[in-house]
Amino acid sequence: MYEPKMTLTREQRDILEGKQGPTMAKIMETVVMFGDIFSAPRLVKVTHDDGHLVTSFGIKLLKPLFSTMEQINEAGIKTKGKFTVDPRPIDYENVKCNLLEKLVFSKVMYAKQAMYEEQLKKAGLKDENAFTCASYLPEIGNTPKEGDILAWAESSAVVFANSVLGARCNRNSGMIDLFGSILGYVPEFGLLTDEGRKAKWRVIVKCTKKPEAQILGSAIGMKVMEDVPYVIGLDKWLGNEINDENTGYLKDFGAATASNGAVGLYHIDGLTPEAKKIGKSLIRDDAQEYVIDDEELERVYRSYPIMWKKPEKKGNLVFIGCPHLTFTQLNSWTDRIVNGLKETGKKKVVVRTIMTTAPDILEKFKKTPKYQELLNTGVKVTTICPLMYTNNPLTKARRIYTSSNKLRTYSTARYAKDQEILDFVVGKEAK
Amino acid sequence: MKEFKGRVIAGGSWKGEAAVSRQGFNTLASFQKSALNNAKEVLVSDQNNKDLFNVNITGKALCLPITIGSTTGGLVIQTVCQMGIAPSCFLFSESIDSLAASGIVLARVWENSPVIAIDRLGKEFLETVKTGDQIEVKEDGSVVIIG
Repeated sequence: MYEPKMTLTREQRDILEGKQGPTMAKIMETVVMFGDIFSAPRLVKVTHDDGHLVTSFGIKLLKPLFSTMEQINEAGIKTKGKFTVDPRPIDYENVKCNLLEKLVFSKVMYAKQAMYEEQLKKAGLKDENAFTCASYLPEIGNTPKEGDILAWAESSAVVFANSVLGARCNRNSGMIDLFGSILGYVPEFGLLTDEGRKAKWRVIVKCTKKPEAQILGSAIGMKVMEDVPYVIGLDKWLGNEINDENTGYLKDFGAATASNGAVGLYHIDGLTPEAKKIGKSLIRDDAQEYVIDDEELERVYRSYPIMWKKPEKKGNLVFIGCPHLTFTQLNSWTDRIVNGLKETGKKKVVVRTIMTTAPDILEKFKKTPKYQELLNTGVKVTTICPLMYTNNPLTKARRIYTSSNKLRTYSTARYAKDQEILDFVVGKEAK
Repeated sequence: MKEFKGRVIAGGSWKGEAAVSRQGFNTLASFQKSALNNAKEVLVSDQNNKDLFNVNITGKALCLPITIGSTTGGLVIQTVCQMGIAPSCFLFSESIDSLAASGIVLARVWENSPVIAIDRLGKEFLETVKTGDQIEVKEDGSVVIIG
């Protein structure tokens, strides 16, 4: 048996010693061993029981995932609360695929999807609408309170929960998220501690206009890697209260910091909860400084490699919404596309355009007149993860534009700013 | 020949070739293509990694500061270890990050993988070691760059 370095309660030690069965013992061993690497003194209680898992896809190669889930299901083990999970990979109705692509998706890549979803249900999946990377949004309701301890994964959800909601969660990996939700305990280290939430970087934004969230996040992520940045100068555009408008901005900004770097928490001076309460004393004395101006943002933007096989050709597919769009973003994109088409005198978008959002948000959006307005422009709305779509090697032939820096990082999709994407889809500018 | 001493995360003795990323190593972006294609070896597929893009890292000592990117990272490391296409060693110049640590623990506990991981080797280690160098890793966390 593994001899833990941290102090365990009697109940925790009993689990480690196998008194709740061999699978629970292995789960406890993994979490304790993981915590010991970071000198965690103990396990602390997860106070927001509803988990969020990063692995939502039944991709055939993830044999370790399926085999572990099978052991968990066979032992009748369930999570303490219900959990949400990242988006599903396939939606043939709204993200059309040719026969060969369908064959690869359904029979080769995601052949285990149905089986895996059954495994998730047995372990404690919330419901059929639980599939989104933005589970913290109010429509979905898996929204932790300030100070809550979480056992979540999904880099964009973790950074949002820590930074915008003031919850406390480490950047857990897939499997550790599930194990923490089963045990109801996580190791106490890093972003769970006051010291770990202090900023090692003072980032000063000196741009002349509101920076593109996705590029600003990318620049900061690449610079600070896994450290905590304290960002000064952004509140003049974002204001001093979290609202529907800046929630979308902070979600996209955070996702870029987390995927282009490894940021799990950021503070925005005058806006995010801890920065508002504690202010600049959150910045460590030995913090490094990074100044971002228009020129620096442009340098970062120009540094993105173009991975298309034929970069001289126009794009032929656009994805908007990675992470999933908020309800406000969905409405705002609809207005901008409808108005843009009026300006260009076109009835439909000139390139296949797909927006992605959470199932619960889509249901809400469908009840508004804007949904039909959007469909009339030819845009499709789906609830899948665009990243999982681009995992199919056959999709490499498509020249995808995206306003998501996360999607750019994990695929051959080419990044474009929101305005560039808009101009392209409404036929103002050929991309 | 130069020797560095780190902290043992998962110990073992090993000799072989180094593959060096001087920037944060994006686990999902790097392993994704080879793992999805069920390939016999990993050619790093992270377009942002100027040091290792398209370099074969299977069976080598991956020298890196930390890993970055998606929180699938740990599961991805577990998976490539299970597939037998992972690097033999992960040698971190800094303190190991939570995702890489999860991956090493998952691989050890659930796959009985012999993967080796040593962290805190220091900045000088990463400045000294070059892709293609022969290196020796010892049980006590010492890493010798033979050159």
